[in-house]
Amino acid sequence: MSRSRTDRFVQWSLGGLAVLSGGLVLLIVVFLLLGAWPTIQSGLLSHLLTDETWRPGSDRDPQFGLLPMLAASFLVTALSIGIAAPFGVAGAVFDRFYLPPGFRRWNHRLLELLAGVPSVVFGFWGLTVLVPAINRLHPPGQSLLAASLVLSLMILPTVALTSQAALRAVPESETLAAAGLGLGRARTIFSIALPAAKSGIGGGILLAVARAIGETMAVVMVCGNIAEFPSSLFDPVRPVTSTIALEMGYASADHKALLYTAGLILVLAVAALVGWLAFRGSKNVPASG
Amino acid sequence: MLNPLAAAPRRARRLDRAIAIAGGAASFSTLAVFGWIVWDLIRLGLPNLSWHFLTGEVETAGRSGGIGPVLVSTLLILLCCLAVAVPLGIGCAVWLSEFVRRGSRASRIVTGGVDLLASVPSIVFGLFGMTFFCQVLGLGFSILSGGLTLACMILPILVRTTLLALEGLPADLRPGAAALGLTRTTTLRQVLLPTALPGILVAITLGVGRALSETAALLFTSGYSTRWPDSLGESGRALSVHIYDLAMNIPNGSPNASASALVLLVLILLINLTATGLTERWTRHLSGTTS
Repeated sequence: MSRSRTDRFVQWSLGGLAVLSGGLVLLIVVFLLLGAWPTIQSGLLSHLLTDETWRPGSDRDPQFGLLPMLAASFLVTALSIGIAAPFGVAGAVFDRFYLPPGFRRWNHRLLELLAGVPSVVFGFWGLTVLVPAINRLHPPGQSLLAASLVLSLMILPTVALTSQAALRAVPESETLAAAGLGLGRARTIFSIALPAAKSGIGGGILLAVARAIGETMAVVMVCGNIAEFPSSLFDPVRPVTSTIALEMGYASADHKALLYTAGLILVLAVAALVGWLAFRGSKNVPASG
Repeated sequence: MLNPLAAAPRRARRLDRAIAIAGGAASFSTLAVFGWIVWDLIRLGLPNLSWHFLTGEVETAGRSGGIGPVLVSTLLILLCCLAVAVPLGIGCAVWLSEFVRRGSRASRIVTGGVDLLASVPSIVFGLFGMTFFCQVLGLGFSILSGGLTLACMILPILVRTTLLALEGLPADLRPGAAALGLTRTTTLRQVLLPTALPGILVAITLGVGRALSETAALLFTSGYSTRWPDSLGESGRALSVHIYDLAMNIPNGSPNASASALVLLVLILLINLTATGLTERWTRHLSGTTS
């Protein structure tokens, strides 16, 4: 095939677009590093873990303890996954083995629609409906519990859809063979289907974890935003993402550099998760195929 | 299909029933909670919704009046975003699918970069947009800055979905076109892109949905102004930011926030339904051409 001049032009310009697209993430990391550089240079980094409170704007005695926020991010993520994963996986098992095929398509469609509901809408609903309800139970309402519940609702469709896909990928020959051997449906689910789909379900849950760590709007509206270690489910908390959202508007100097550092920590945490997932995936594919 | 149950011992049958009940309850409660959310939004938002609300000025910081300028700003942000993200994303996908071998180093690096970009949390896009577009490029808090930030954010969806569409094309199109003596550019323009168009439309629709529902990336990039925007260099408030601001910072902003949330929800549902419909037609269309 001869290559015309236009072909070469098109090839090079598309290549340029591709390099731009692939390199954008580098640009973002570079800008985060540049923004966070003052923290690293001035030795504030150790303060992030040793200072006890977060008072970055104070002139006399600024305190840069990031630990309460990291703990809040961790707790909110762990609790929301703890709620969403059992519901999502149980729902997916029901969908694959009990729901008539006609309903399955509708279930799938509905879940897909739910996965698209904007996070600010979840946050708004949490603030106007859920928080007052929790407040009646135990004030103040804006709490670790509220944030975890709202976030679990947000990631539930992701967990359910990926688990469904993983269970659907289990070959029918295997479940039929199990039936042929006289295994009941319950036995087939626990001994054949779930073990075979384990990797896919786990991958979906990890994706949901990545999403939960990075989620901002649904959390910032209901978590109460107090940067202290919570002592109960009803205490207000403030995850890393909320801190950036609330303080970026007015932060300056060291304070601002700290927020970039927090952003960098978020990116590294999520990228590590996703990278590990991709690595796991690339290792699994040849083994199963 | 799986029905040796009649012969199964009683314990297994009981376990089977327990799974059915637990799974059914999980499935049902998932859908029920979402039904509850939608119902709440309708209950709270619908009484405040009117033609005047959709087209009117924002008054007293949003407590009264409508969301006219906010909708216009949202649309402009979206257009800026698409004007940049669509050529970039489709160009990247075409290059990956047609000009480099899959699995080659260049292709792995670019897809790796795009996948990493997809994992970046939206608030970090906000930080980056504020630094790069608003400050370094000097665009300030503006509709343009917001649109460009969103463009970075939806780029991975566009690349991945367009790539799927191109890779799903019948394999004999390319050698067929080459046998007719068409150049690669002509093949692309006359054969591949038109055939993949429905799939590319799905990619754009998904991107629009994602951009429209984003808030965190716009908090420090597109600004908070509620006036009718005159140009792309002006600050303009997106619908999602409007909901956040009314709910969090404006006392008694909740009624209008509910109505705005309902508008956003309906828009997103319509867009995603379009995407689903397009995808289903696209799969049917493809299976039609290959068989």
